[in-house]
Amino acid sequence: MYVIVVGGGKLGFYLASALLSEGHEVLVLEKDPRRCEFICEQLGSVATRGDGCEARTLADVGADRADILAAVTDEDEDNLVACQVAKHKFRVARTIARISNPKNERLFKKLGIDVTVSGTNVILEHIEEEVSTHSLIHLLDLEGGRLEVVEMKIPEDAQAVGKRLREIDMPPGSQVCLMVGKEGTQVPTSDTIVEADARMVVAIRPEAEAMLRAALTAAK
Amino acid sequence: MNIVIMGCGRVGAQLAALLDRDGHKVNVLDVEQYSFRRLPENFGGTALVGDGTDEAALKKAGIEDADVFVSVTQGDNRNVMAAQIAKHIFNVPKVVCRIYDPLREEMYSTLGLETVSPTIVGAQILRDIIMD
Repeated sequence: MYVIVVGGGKLGFYLASALLSEGHEVLVLEKDPRRCEFICEQLGSVATRGDGCEARTLADVGADRADILAAVTDEDEDNLVACQVAKHKFRVARTIARISNPKNERLFKKLGIDVTVSGTNVILEHIEEEVSTHSLIHLLDLEGGRLEVVEMKIPEDAQAVGKRLREIDMPPGSQVCLMVGKEGTQVPTSDTIVEADARMVVAIRPEAEAMLRAALTAAK
Repeated sequence: MNIVIMGCGRVGAQLAALLDRDGHKVNVLDVEQYSFRRLPENFGGTALVGDGTDEAALKKAGIEDADVFVSVTQGDNRNVMAAQIAKHIFNVPKVVCRIYDPLREEMYSTLGLETVSPTIVGAQILRDIIMD
């Protein structure tokens, strides 16, 4: 595949290096001439000096035949524009943007960027996972953030333990997708009995998090 | 009208002063406090330090009640991103965006943003003066 990487910082450099070792055709666009020279010395002639947000630069590097454009500079706005130019001017099939401000995920999705990667969110999710005793872990955002899939661990002393799912006051519109308990993984029905220490994977609206927490973790 | 201007450079400050004089409610947003020196002493609007590509800062600047949003920072990409936040996230009725790069301007105007390229306009004016 032909991948254009916009931004030759550390992330861009290691990304290009990994893609090359997997046998892909890679081109890095980088504004800083010294950084370009460094990349070419290290990886061969794969870096071109230029602004990946400019249509002319992208035309020069054959963006119209690129399969993927990954914009990984440390400025969210530059990554957005590079992806939009690639999409609208060159019909690049897949555009990937690195974002720093997690709030930008919604905007980027709305504007047609295929994939957003937020380092902030990734680290946050890991910390949530570490610190959570019986709290809620975000697994996935759906429908541009209007729906989310979360995981909750059922504390031993929770009121919900031993009850059937239909006896629990779950947030309206929520859907328990999976229960991971001692007996393994099962897709629960309304008759499934909630086990202590089980992990429940639930699809809910973000505003219903507090209600879900109360329903599944409130102590007896 | 409620107007939010992002970027208090020469153009932003001048525009803010004009609209304020016309009796509109103007909020100016800039990342540098120092930029607000360009506003006239009798400026009746509000000046706020903040990044206009950040939704929280835009909310503080009153974007939710704005009739008009104008982005005139030095960076084309910042302007384009802020304008798209105003248009697509906050549904501001009128959004205008300055883009220096003529190619980028052409693309974003076909994508539905109201754009102004001082590069194109400036070159045309200069040509007209020369040929007069």
